[in-house]
Amino acid sequence: MHGRPRKPLKPEDAAASAAKAEKLRVLQSQFLHNHHNHIYSKEAVELSTKLLETNPELYTAWNYRKLAVQHKLTENDSDPDSLKSILDEELRVVESALRQNFKSYGAWHHRKWILSKGHSSIDNELRLLDKFQKADSRNFHAWNYRRFVAASMNRSEEDELKYTEDMICNNFSNYSAWHNRSLLLSNLLKRKVEGFVSKEKVLPDEYEFVHQAIFTDPDDQSGWFYHLWLLDQTVRVDSPQLVSSWPTPGSDLILLGDRCLDGCASSPFTRFHLDSRTFPLVLYFNQAVEGVNSSTITVDSELNTNKDLVWKPLSSCNSKAAQVWVTQLNLPDGNTHSSKVFPVEDSSPISSLYQLSIKNDNELTDFEWRAATIAKEIDHFRELLSLINCKIGKLTLARLLMAHDAMMCPPANKISHSEEVLELYNDLMRLDPTHVQYYKDQHSLVLLQQVTSNWESLLSRCFHYSNSPSNRGSPMCLQLKNLSLSRLGSFDKLLWVQMLDLSHNELRSIEGLEALQLLSCLNLSNNILGSFTALEPIRQLKSLRALNISYNEIGAHSIDTTKYLCSSPLSHSVGSEWNHGQTVIDDDIKSYWEAYFILKGLNLTQFDIVGNAIVNEKFKSFLIKVLPGLKWLDGEQLH
Amino acid sequence: MGELAADKHVKYIISVEKKKDSFESVVMEHLRLNGAYWGLTTLDILGKLDAVDEEDVISWILKCQDESGGFAGNIGHDPHVLYTLSAVQVLALFDKVDILDADKVSNYIVGLQNEDGSFSGDIWGEVDTRFSYIAICCLSILQRLDKINVDKAVEYIVSCKNLDGGFGCTPGGESHSGQIFCCVGALAIAGALHHVDKDLLGWWLCERQVKSGGLNGRPEKLPDVCYSWWVLSSLIMIDRVHWINKDKLVKFILDCQDMENGGISDRPDDAVDVFHTYFGVAGLSLLEYPGLKPIDPAYALPVDVVNRIFFSKK
Repeated sequence: MHGRPRKPLKPEDAAASAAKAEKLRVLQSQFLHNHHNHIYSKEAVELSTKLLETNPELYTAWNYRKLAVQHKLTENDSDPDSLKSILDEELRVVESALRQNFKSYGAWHHRKWILSKGHSSIDNELRLLDKFQKADSRNFHAWNYRRFVAASMNRSEEDELKYTEDMICNNFSNYSAWHNRSLLLSNLLKRKVEGFVSKEKVLPDEYEFVHQAIFTDPDDQSGWFYHLWLLDQTVRVDSPQLVSSWPTPGSDLILLGDRCLDGCASSPFTRFHLDSRTFPLVLYFNQAVEGVNSSTITVDSELNTNKDLVWKPLSSCNSKAAQVWVTQLNLPDGNTHSSKVFPVEDSSPISSLYQLSIKNDNELTDFEWRAATIAKEIDHFRELLSLINCKIGKLTLARLLMAHDAMMCPPANKISHSEEVLELYNDLMRLDPTHVQYYKDQHSLVLLQQVTSNWESLLSRCFHYSNSPSNRGSPMCLQLKNLSLSRLGSFDKLLWVQMLDLSHNELRSIEGLEALQLLSCLNLSNNILGSFTALEPIRQLKSLRALNISYNEIGAHSIDTTKYLCSSPLSHSVGSEWNHGQTVIDDDIKSYWEAYFILKGLNLTQFDIVGNAIVNEKFKSFLIKVLPGLKWLDGEQLH
Repeated sequence: MGELAADKHVKYIISVEKKKDSFESVVMEHLRLNGAYWGLTTLDILGKLDAVDEEDVISWILKCQDESGGFAGNIGHDPHVLYTLSAVQVLALFDKVDILDADKVSNYIVGLQNEDGSFSGDIWGEVDTRFSYIAICCLSILQRLDKINVDKAVEYIVSCKNLDGGFGCTPGGESHSGQIFCCVGALAIAGALHHVDKDLLGWWLCERQVKSGGLNGRPEKLPDVCYSWWVLSSLIMIDRVHWINKDKLVKFILDCQDMENGGISDRPDDAVDVFHTYFGVAGLSLLEYPGLKPIDPAYALPVDVVNRIFFSKK
């Protein structure tokens, strides 16, 4: 099926093919007869040998052979020699079949099955594997089989590590060997086997090893992913860390009621306009965590007793783990007309117990070798780029510089490489246009990091939102429009945002936006959002009242790229609530199930959707049904 | 840019269906049920499912069912999950899944789940994440997914996740686009895609696109039209398909057509077959090529077929 040249079939070839086919049909028919009638005579078994040696994909024949072996074993119970010869014959047939097609699943599995009867030696199997390595060093069946043999015959991981080193030295363009190496090394490091106790001692040699591959031929991908893994091993901190929270420690939280506060000296980061009797407490971690609850997190607050707090993970499926966790604090009665100032403690009002440590002392002492390693890598890749203008050089340098900046994070060290990184991604868009959107996404992430890196930069982008029809002392709006953003990030710096203008960008996704729990107004107009399912994060924004998604591409695409990333009726973990008669599935809901699912829990008063292909009169009346609290649709007041 | 020779491909598929006597056909007799799925799904995407005799197809499929409840690749061969999925998928195309005893078929699959959550392909015990995908996809179509231990199944798939973000056949197996499709598809159907590092895997997948615009299955391998499905559907399920150049891929697929005799091959100017014809057309559907029915990236069936299954529950 692969790699055969296209040739027209000549009449004489067709006739020969038909004759061959008839012969084969007779044999296969005979074989099936033997199989169904449990005939395991010498001739019958030889017939299956003949078939498998030419067509190892005939899986029923391998099944038949196993039955034949079982049959022979029960007959020759006590004779070890005959056991050996029976199994040897099977191994020979497998080898023969593999010569015909060394990627035959059936053949490899048969060999494993035979080995489970306790025969053959590790040397024998390794010798066979060497033959296959020479024929095709990327044959994943052979590599899988090698891992199987090594595990079942107790070959040491160090020996296998040496084997990958030999293979790579022989030819560095062997991704399969690099993969196996990373697997073995990862296990040895995890188990802290002697000689592999500290990453600090192990990683430098690995970096040098992979440099040889990358620097010899920068276009060969074999070493790229191994290098990325080394980088991850260098910077990763295993225990979860609390990156940011809202309210921010050391600030004053001013809860405003209905009245506008003119000349208020507070910053938009600490002034919060209250809409209801509750407000959220948000925790943002550097990775998905589980187990945030009132016994692992303590909140000191005059508003609530700690044990009443119920923490929820913000995840789109029913996952118990999330990067962002939120709880609600209740306001005491009678406070809506005046404002009140709540000082937020300097030390974090949120302290945590055993499951989530904030900073681990061990990791701080590791800092020196990590920083030194990154610095060295940066030098190496600058040198590479001075000799060859290559994609992997620029991409790796960009990643290294970002990793460097992330590690130097205490704001005391203000030197940032973000300008250089943005330039590198611009270069990459030109150098490798096939992957331009990948580099654009990375560029957007770095740009957002730059924009949100300090209070002055953020403040310069805060404005009063002048288009709101109910403009009475409304909060400040953060404007991130017209930045060619294709991707969002830096949410940990934006937890305080209540009004956000992301219009006139190139967003096709708002992944991660659910972290901004204070959002009441969101403008996503003039982007390239392609479906309602892409708006999944909005389902978690309980405070959202005004949403603008006008001039996007909803309804313009036949393929939905966020269908399985949202909790939908097609999703197993959520589907059951949809199917157990909670909803009467009328025709409208069937036609617009994505819109229904995303919008039905929201409390919007203002919605803009004009300029999307899905919009027509039928859809608009559907919207009004689904959003009963809606007062404004596409700028028109509803009655 | 060339055009899709849809009519030629329809003719090609019908001719393969009829031509059971060539040597190639006999050699691949044992997987004819897969071939039926590839050919018929292609016809449906091209809007020509009615070109075949529905009753003929269905009665033949039922003859492939074994007393265990599973299906064989052809009449008289042994049952295996590979062909069981194809059988259920073809019946779904014709909206005839309900002629099956869903419990009987599901029990066959349920019986093949192992303690660690993995699935064997048949009673002989080969384990592979392909079979995890098959089990989850098939049981979901039969609306019997709750009969297996889904959490354990997900756990096993996650154990096959590699350091490069991809997935292999078994724990420790090298990342391969075919296996990645199976694992990502299974996790998608099970509502468990949060286990995938979308950025890491997305980068690995988008780097499958080589200079010619085609996609390969793993680093430093040749491009092949079948990866237009496996890589593309995986990218779509994790919302990273914009990281490849879609136009270049469309051109590569169109270049792999046999414009005279119909059919699509693995690479330009190679021999065509039904397998690559299906993956080429399905890939074009995912790329929103005009005139094709949209296909669902997880179930590998047209979207209207999938919607019919899930919205018609009583």
